[in-house]
Amino acid sequence: MAVDCLTDKKVLIKGNYAIANAAVLAGCQCYFGYPITPQSEIGEFMSGKMQELGRAYVSAESELAAINMTIGACATGVKAMSSSSSCAVSLMQEALSYATSDQLPVVLVSVMRGGPGLGNIYPSQGDYFQATKGGGNGDYKLIVLAPSTVQECVDLTYKAFYLAQKYRNPTVLLADGLLGQMMEPVTFKPYPYPEIDNSDWALDGAKERDGRIIRSYAPLADNQCVFLERLYNKYKLIEENETEWEEKDTQGADIVLVSFGSTSRNVKTAAKILRLKGIKAGILRPVTLFPFPSKRLQELSNTVKKFVVVEVNMGQMVYDVKLAVNGKVPVELVHKPVGAPPSPEEIAKRIEELL
Amino acid sequence: MATQVFKIPEIYRKNAKYTFCPGCDHGVAVRLVAEVLEEMKCAENTIAVCSIGCSVTLYDFLNLDSLEAPHGRALAEATGVKRAKPDKIVFTYQGDGDFASIGLAESMHAALRGENLTAICINNTTYGMTGGQLGPTTILGQVTTTSPTGRNLEYYGYPIKIAEHIALCDGTAFSARVSLDTVPNIRKAKQAIKKAFEVQAKGLGFGFVEILSTCPTNWRMSPDKAHDRVREEMMPVFKPGVYKDITEG
Repeated sequence: MAVDCLTDKKVLIKGNYAIANAAVLAGCQCYFGYPITPQSEIGEFMSGKMQELGRAYVSAESELAAINMTIGACATGVKAMSSSSSCAVSLMQEALSYATSDQLPVVLVSVMRGGPGLGNIYPSQGDYFQATKGGGNGDYKLIVLAPSTVQECVDLTYKAFYLAQKYRNPTVLLADGLLGQMMEPVTFKPYPYPEIDNSDWALDGAKERDGRIIRSYAPLADNQCVFLERLYNKYKLIEENETEWEEKDTQGADIVLVSFGSTSRNVKTAAKILRLKGIKAGILRPVTLFPFPSKRLQELSNTVKKFVVVEVNMGQMVYDVKLAVNGKVPVELVHKPVGAPPSPEEIAKRIEELL
Repeated sequence: MATQVFKIPEIYRKNAKYTFCPGCDHGVAVRLVAEVLEEMKCAENTIAVCSIGCSVTLYDFLNLDSLEAPHGRALAEATGVKRAKPDKIVFTYQGDGDFASIGLAESMHAALRGENLTAICINNTTYGMTGGQLGPTTILGQVTTTSPTGRNLEYYGYPIKIAEHIALCDGTAFSARVSLDTVPNIRKAKQAIKKAFEVQAKGLGFGFVEILSTCPTNWRMSPDKAHDRVREEMMPVFKPGVYKDITEG
């Protein structure tokens, strides 16, 4: 579980530990957190490891404090992160709104559990809206990455740090209780991305230059208009460059099953079951939830007869698929409110019922 | 030959527009912070964290690397800055509502952890920027826009004595309350602010200064009368003094 996981050998590791390990390998210098199930292993691991490496770990007094400490560290140009879950990520929304406006590379790992409210500690995908639409005020977007395996928890943690730095935008790794708690074999390769130079904006003391201000306060409406246009140009760039998805058997498919995260694992098997029965089913799995692969879904809507969105919530991503498809073909929802994803057999059966 | 005895501190931004109301003590407080940083020769190595309220405009005056924190979160952000860059001098400049109401948890925990930070808190017994509502330090009897008949105990409860509370935290190295109503008191205030920075520079823990300040606009008083009020109404409740100094005996 330690940082010496950096080896060609596969190690069997829990999702939460894999994420924490990957963050350390990505060069995360500061971790700030507050315990909440089902992600507490991340903070537990970090408390020992960061101290051992001479990096910073703070047991924050609340998630409000944790995410704001992360902002403070990021403002100095170091890689910093926090992690939390659902009802506690709710407490971080204000700071995430500020961090988008401050254009700070905050990395947040959000391990979803049941909601609303305290809900429960079962896996869930009920925070798709929270991550992609935001609960904070104003116009902003977070980059959102959704792993579906423990290996991907590692790879996308690396990517989260990279994209956050590259675009100076808060980035969320959106996992769930299932991924956080399950063990899978994983290979830890070295951090594969280039380091981003932040010497032109980071706060390190105004030596032989004017003091830099990282602020969101824009008392004049005109300034805010200019800023928001610039911010949304950046989001456009992110959409053009970073949209990532996995696609299989969509060529000639009659139906395409759309799902993300841990649910997509069973959806893949469900598609196989359907194909064995002669139903031409393909799959599309968004890896980035923002940017969302809307263009690709739009293209597919020219040849596909139906989309079925499968998710563990009351139906959230389905709205983004509907927006992309824009009424061209039907978009159906197969969902489970909370818990482990429905079995492949159940998903296949429920999809058959829709045909 | 003429000798210059009073000048604008070097670390003031050139052509900064003064946005505080006439008679507001913020201007004096900001200047004292500037003078201390200049005397300590550490401005180039300093990062300021500005909090929401009138205090946020600090970054418009002082030519320092500055970060703006959400309301109440200044000491959380300052903690992040300092943990990432332990060699920097990091301070917050906050109002009483920010420090002791919405941010009380962040403030107390920064002190309890003994973060090597300096926090300057302006106590003017009201929320200034939003138009003079009842705050955590509004004194008993005080009329505000949300205590139209005065703060009474039964309805609103007690104000907080910030410097005393922060002094109780084991991680606090220095905690004092000062006022800016007279020249001798301004001198004492500067000494306290300097001490609060020095304990940070020496790595001794949390340095805190509560500054009793005027808010003539929201108190609906002339600047002169406002300083009378500081003396007559505030100082009997919020007694100036050093409440903790681990460098003294």
